[in-house]
Amino acid sequence: MCLGIPGQIVAILDAESAIATVEVGGVRRPVNVSFVMDDGPIETCIGAWVLVHVGFAMARIDAEEAARTLAVLAELEEFQAEMQSMVQTP
Amino acid sequence: MKFVDEFRDPAKAQALVEDIRRVLSRIPSSRRRPLQVMEVCGGHTHTIFRYGIQRMLPDEDLEYVHGPGCPVCVLPMGRVDDCVALAERPEVIFSTFGDAMRVPGSRKSLLQAKADGADVRMVYSPLDALALARRHPDREVIFFGLGFETTMPSTAMTLIQARRQGLRNFSLFCNHITIIPTLRALLDAPDLRLDALVGPGHVSMIIGTSPYDFIARDYGRPVAIAGFEPLDLLHATWMVLKQLAEGRCEIENQYGRVVPPDGNPRALAAIDEVFEPREHFEWRGLGSIAQSGVRIRPAYAAYDAERKFAVPNVAIADPSACQCGEVLKGLIRPHQCRVFGTACTPETPLGALMVSSEGACAAQYGYGRQAAHA
Amino acid sequence: MRDATITLSHGGGGKAMRALIEELFVPAFGGDAAEDQARLSLEELVWQGDRLAFTTDSFVVDPLFFPGGDIGGLAVAGTVNDLVVGGARPLYLSCGMVLEEGLPVATLRRVADSMRHMAATANVSIVTGDTKVVERGAADKLFINTAGIGIIPAGIALSAGNALPGDAVIVSGPLGEHGVAILVARNQLAIEADVASDCQPLGGLVTALLAACPATRCLRDATRGGVATVLNEFARASGVGIHISERSLPIREPVRGACEILGLDPLYLANEGKLVAVVPGPEAERALTAMRSHPSGADAAIVGRVVCEPAGMVIMESVFGGERIVDMLVGDQLPRIC
Repeated sequence: MCLGIPGQIVAILDAESAIATVEVGGVRRPVNVSFVMDDGPIETCIGAWVLVHVGFAMARIDAEEAARTLAVLAELEEFQAEMQSMVQTP
Repeated sequence: MKFVDEFRDPAKAQALVEDIRRVLSRIPSSRRRPLQVMEVCGGHTHTIFRYGIQRMLPDEDLEYVHGPGCPVCVLPMGRVDDCVALAERPEVIFSTFGDAMRVPGSRKSLLQAKADGADVRMVYSPLDALALARRHPDREVIFFGLGFETTMPSTAMTLIQARRQGLRNFSLFCNHITIIPTLRALLDAPDLRLDALVGPGHVSMIIGTSPYDFIARDYGRPVAIAGFEPLDLLHATWMVLKQLAEGRCEIENQYGRVVPPDGNPRALAAIDEVFEPREHFEWRGLGSIAQSGVRIRPAYAAYDAERKFAVPNVAIADPSACQCGEVLKGLIRPHQCRVFGTACTPETPLGALMVSSEGACAAQYGYGRQAAHA
Repeated sequence: MRDATITLSHGGGGKAMRALIEELFVPAFGGDAAEDQARLSLEELVWQGDRLAFTTDSFVVDPLFFPGGDIGGLAVAGTVNDLVVGGARPLYLSCGMVLEEGLPVATLRRVADSMRHMAATANVSIVTGDTKVVERGAADKLFINTAGIGIIPAGIALSAGNALPGDAVIVSGPLGEHGVAILVARNQLAIEADVASDCQPLGGLVTALLAACPATRCLRDATRGGVATVLNEFARASGVGIHISERSLPIREPVRGACEILGLDPLYLANEGKLVAVVPGPEAERALTAMRSHPSGADAAIVGRVVCEPAGMVIMESVFGGERIVDMLVGDQLPRIC
């Protein structure tokens, strides 16, 4: 069961049960955040991007890693574009 | 949508497809073509078909094999019968994910049981089932837990909360399965032909990357753990092909933005508190696999539907015409099964892989069958 | 009429039922309830066209009231739309109701008012009806059936079988709004979203389209089963292929977000105020402009083309570049976690 979707924690609903409101593309849902909390107070989660699956936040999304992955692919795009232009120049 | 749209960029897709062709030409021709790249996740099967990824790649050189990664598809008919038996008890509210509603048992599916009067309710989260138990103290609420390690922590946390709240009318019918014994059984199959593996991204966010080390070390297959957007799939495919071209054999993590190398300790702790391995578990299409399922620990016995209620517990064999096992191992493609599209269709499924929309046969039938004609 | 809730006597044919009709339905729908049938002048119909359009639909939506509409508005707009997509001018509706014992009269009044309002907007009259009351549990609050008649002017020959290769496919606005609004209103999936049903009568939009593009080939409103179902119906009836582009589909962000969380495909979600039109290729821009100038079609978009192959099938090019079949639905779409 793999359907997980990135969403942002926007508010805490119930600190004792570790329930926060997560927003996914303009839609809000209560989500259990116990698996992504650190040892600090639950409020520090607000603003974090998380992977949501069956009503639980299962992992924090690392924006820098995401950027790095996209950068690798952007480099490939450039490399391919250069190859194309090399092929075309006589 | 952030972290989604960027990973559906068609320009990057084109660049990857071009480079995949280049890399393919560098893989020794001594390797039999088409190369077979297996994914073991219903979500990956879905992405491949929904975005037409196989058709973007040269299929005489590279073919995706859709392994047993759909927990719904591999649910034995006997277990569905057990679900129906539980649901038909008048005191029970049987709650389940949508995916499981249509799987046929030997008599009926849960959807049919609902039509016949059983109180079957679809939920998005096990916590919704827990809420049902709180709202209906006079009824027994059973939650049908299925899925790999991705979903186990959520079910586990729900039981932990049930105990904390002192609920007496909530239990779990546990059908969770584990990925590593399953992969090992697959790799041990003598007729399996597999060049590389695209690893299950969301299972890995729980268990981390090191549990897959044995695949490279003992079975010599390269692995790239992949996310679920189409660019993630293509990127991971590119990564394992590069490993083959460069003679490397490693476990790589394409999904670094979500998968930490050590997984999620809190989630693993919740799993460990509530579940323990079963000696073996029955998989539709693959038979019995050792250590491939989990059951509820004695400490949580009060929340175990199998202990609380009697279930028929009868093993039902697949129809003899089924060739699901061969499809799962990559020996034949869905449209090569003798009953694909004829006796076995999404409306009248015979076997596991036609039953859920993530099953390889259902996906090919629904999304891609014209490719078989082309 | 002083009763606060509907009882079996309101369906019994006696005084209670008479009071219900005279004090609730007649004020809402107009006309009088003296005869058992509505009587409509044929002369008045015949000068407007050469065919009678006749349709019926039943409405069982739960909950009765949801953001953007209610069962009453749906019951009128839904049947009106089934008439106008045949090119008909909608005229008269019947309204049959099955009420569950215990339904609050205030609820029924609200529904009837809503029907009156929607009928006025659509410029139709509700001219006849029937009411039955069943025991508690035998119906879910309220079921409505509406049948409608309209007149099709001579020369209009819209049909699902008319599509030809080279034609353009247009949708009149954002998809999936009604489907998501209902899911949210049912409140079983704990989702909060700023989505309202698109329930509306489409007669004005159809008139604008046909005026600008009389050669419109096919026209249907996309209801249950979504746009995907209509496209498949066109492809099969016409023996053609339809090729659409995912990128061109108008879908609002909250509908997209709800679909991503629940694993639903917006192409299959219900709409209650959207058209799918097939027009000759060279006229696509003119048809689009005409639709966009009408308030019900402000976000209309060309989403694809009719092709020869594969006949009877709908193919979509994904935002990613690959292609897949958009098949007919098997059963209801259910949220998935896999």
